[in-house]
Amino acid sequence: MQERLVERAKELLTDGTVVRVLGWKQGDLGYNPEPAYFNSPEELADFVYDGFCGANLSKYMIQAGKMEGNTLVFLKPCDTYSFNQLIKEHRVNREKTYIIGVGCKGTLDIDKIKNAGIKGIESISQDGDMLKIQTIYGEKEFPFDDALLERCTVCKGKTHQVYDELIGAQEGEEAGPKGNRFEMVEKLEAMTPKERFAFWQNELSKCIRCNACRNACPACSCLKCVFDSNKFDSAQKANVDTFEEQMFHVIRAFHVAGRCTDCGECSRVCPQGIPLHLLNRKFIKDINEFYGPYQAGEDTDSRAPLTDYTFEDVEPSVVTERGGKH
Amino acid sequence: MQRIGVFVCHCGTNIAATVDVARVVEAAAKEPGVVHAEDYQYMCSEAGQLKIREAIKEKNLTGIVVCSCSPRMHENTFRQAAERAGINPYMVEIANIREHCSWIHKDIEEATEKAVILARAAIAKVTLNAPLQSGTSRVVKRALVIGGGIAGIQTALDIADAGYEVDIVEKTPSIGGRMSQLDKTFPTLDCSACILTPKMVEAAAHEKITIYTYSEVEKVSGFVGDFQVDIRKKARSVDMSKCTGCGVCQEKCPSKKTPNEFNRGLNTRSAIYTPFAQAIPNVPVIDRENCIKFKTGKCGVCSKVCQAGAIDYEQKDEIVTQNYGAIVVATGFDTIKLDKFDEYSYSTSPDVITSLELERIMNAAGPTKGHLERMSDHKPPKSMVFIQCVGSRCADKRGKSYCSKICCMYTAKHAMLIRDKYPGVEVTVFYIDVRTPGKNFDEFYRRAVEEYGVNYIKGQVGKVAEKGDKLLVQGVDLIDNKRILMETDMVVLATAIEPNPDVRKIATMLTASIDTNNFLTESHAKLRPVESPTAGIFLSGVCQGPKDIPETVAQAGAAAVKVVGLLAKDHLVTNPCVAKSDELLCNGCSSCEKVCPYGAISYEEREVNDHGIRETRRVANVNSALCQGCGACTVACPSGAMDLQGFSNRQILAEVDAICK
Repeated sequence: MQERLVERAKELLTDGTVVRVLGWKQGDLGYNPEPAYFNSPEELADFVYDGFCGANLSKYMIQAGKMEGNTLVFLKPCDTYSFNQLIKEHRVNREKTYIIGVGCKGTLDIDKIKNAGIKGIESISQDGDMLKIQTIYGEKEFPFDDALLERCTVCKGKTHQVYDELIGAQEGEEAGPKGNRFEMVEKLEAMTPKERFAFWQNELSKCIRCNACRNACPACSCLKCVFDSNKFDSAQKANVDTFEEQMFHVIRAFHVAGRCTDCGECSRVCPQGIPLHLLNRKFIKDINEFYGPYQAGEDTDSRAPLTDYTFEDVEPSVVTERGGKH
Repeated sequence: MQRIGVFVCHCGTNIAATVDVARVVEAAAKEPGVVHAEDYQYMCSEAGQLKIREAIKEKNLTGIVVCSCSPRMHENTFRQAAERAGINPYMVEIANIREHCSWIHKDIEEATEKAVILARAAIAKVTLNAPLQSGTSRVVKRALVIGGGIAGIQTALDIADAGYEVDIVEKTPSIGGRMSQLDKTFPTLDCSACILTPKMVEAAAHEKITIYTYSEVEKVSGFVGDFQVDIRKKARSVDMSKCTGCGVCQEKCPSKKTPNEFNRGLNTRSAIYTPFAQAIPNVPVIDRENCIKFKTGKCGVCSKVCQAGAIDYEQKDEIVTQNYGAIVVATGFDTIKLDKFDEYSYSTSPDVITSLELERIMNAAGPTKGHLERMSDHKPPKSMVFIQCVGSRCADKRGKSYCSKICCMYTAKHAMLIRDKYPGVEVTVFYIDVRTPGKNFDEFYRRAVEEYGVNYIKGQVGKVAEKGDKLLVQGVDLIDNKRILMETDMVVLATAIEPNPDVRKIATMLTASIDTNNFLTESHAKLRPVESPTAGIFLSGVCQGPKDIPETVAQAGAAAVKVVGLLAKDHLVTNPCVAKSDELLCNGCSSCEKVCPYGAISYEEREVNDHGIRETRRVANVNSALCQGCGACTVACPSGAMDLQGFSNRQILAEVDAICK
């Protein structure tokens, strides 16, 4: 697959369709590829596509759209939801983008492997249902499915929502493993407000405000974030008490509500392992229940439930009645 | 630096009895920026306003806070006072320490603490206020009346007589409304049709009135002075310009089994029909759901018999778009459904009827041609029981908490008419209270009891059961304190009335507020009873609350005067508290454009200079003439670029901070 992608990228660079390629390149370790631009066929030597290429490249296209010439971008099925949502918000330039939809079997969570006691990892390759892991202590095996990121265990589908061509994927491909996406949200809803507060206090107090979630999130794409602007007092307000990070994360969740495609990047990139996606999923669950099923990024022109009004819309009293258990 | 004055009103004892105003003055005086603080018995009085004006001049105040009643009451008063003293009227903030404080608290300590906090929030806000200037907007000299019952007709006639164009939109095929279904009207017993139909004719003939029947309001945009409304004229399937109203089509129509809505389903009608003989316009409609031609493609009898060639099966719905300066809601009422009141056997026995059904039975043009008879066997009844308050004044959720207001009087009317025409029929009325406040109303009720021998029993009925061809009524007599078990031939239920179910949809389109019972809310219960809180929307008739015909007509006239007062203006002063977008923060995402109910936001490609970076960006642009300052865009905007002047994000956060301090 990786070879096919490189080959096609070279062709498109050579024939002038695009002037740069946005993909992933090998990182310092065997399991941390990073997003990268490739400006010539030669540079593509570093290109990599494997189970650790979790990074959603759609957000980089905001910047790429402003550059000279067209850009080729590789998008996994769930990344295309983010790209579509950005089209809807007029943040990316579809005309200057050539999208290759790449097949995806699920992306991996290195921490799941490490937590299983596998240390000194040098490289990881896939062999059927198993991962073959080269370590300084010799070769180890680990089941592929057990290493999947949480988001991939509840995969929302293998169908690309927007693309110019597909490689390693078929149109209308069936979803992969599918758990109950809202299982943990339901558990949180069942808690008393006190328990729920304690849960989030515990989780959010780990936050070191590195801003990785904000930087990775395709919905968090404001030219100037309210937390960076002196026009608002949000930044200072977020730092006033011992539970300082609640403001930041709660405001962030509100700002992306109805626009979040549930790509899971916030939790994937969090160095502290905070399950940030649960805040967004609570919104998604509520939106689904109050206004009917809605998936942000499924299209580029519909009116999203939170920015639309219909006569069938749920009444405020019903929201109060259904808004979680007290 | 702002120089702020704080003025605390006692409102007689309304505030001062619960809030220690001296302490509010003392606390306010210590707030940063406050250079003057005082209290007075009635701040809104001329003497109170003079105090404000003098303080502004003497102390060179730049902004003022008035701690008083709701801004909806006197914000304008104090803005004008400030303007007279030479400062911008938008440098005034109100701390509502009456409705939000003294009226809802009992404890002086707590209420005073809250009043201080509210004052502090208003001071924090006014510190960030900036002078704002109003603009003007046009007034379209045309009114829309939604609903063609007596309320709508009267309002339209009064507006039209004042010289303004009026359009009536009526959902059913004819104007006339509920009143056209009534037989006689209390307390004078004149025939409903005799007094209503001349008004219908007058409205139809009036050169300033356009009537859209079989039509519905589909979309409303714009604002006071300039609403844009889409009216859907449903396909009548009959060409109004050709139809002569001869009625042959209705006679010959082979589909005659549709329940007749006008007669409350007591008999049936043809698929092509006019609801009643005096209908205006006298042009039938084809009920496409029940028409054989539309269902099977075969038939076409009406088309064959129509000499005028008026039948048009191909006719399509038509959308009429029109601008209006004012809109009157006159959507009326219906009786509640009785499916939750099984104890009265309404759904099982045809001899248990509602009062509105009795109106049709008593009416000479009704299903029995005016003969009083049981619907089961068409025999005249020998005795009748009327049950009051069915679903009205109801303690549980099955019915309505309110009094439907008209039932006591129409029941007395029915009882009296029956005793007059059929003296052999025994009439019993079960009631909770008999409520007859109205001119000549109590006299009317007493006549029913004293002259016509109607048997009034204070008590409620627990059950009506079928027993052979009779009905068994179980009730209580609270005065004699005994249970009553009586047999009767007919039972009439004084069924509660409720607003027309369509009103929710209409209120939503108009952004007019409704209460928990779906009655439209008036702007002020006493002082602005025919105005909706939404500017340019007026209320006429039962859509605002239960009322009888005289009250409806009076209110209809009142609403008309308010409309005329608005339409007579050359232009309106606009609210300067409008949204404004910061182009450097705008992402161009269109969220604000999507939520704007007034279509005031558009996007444009504009070159911006972002701290030296010059680039062309897609940014939001607010048309301040269209913006009504609702603030929906400010909360939809993820980046905080959109802000509302006079209610900026910083001002609101400053208020929150002051409250939490």
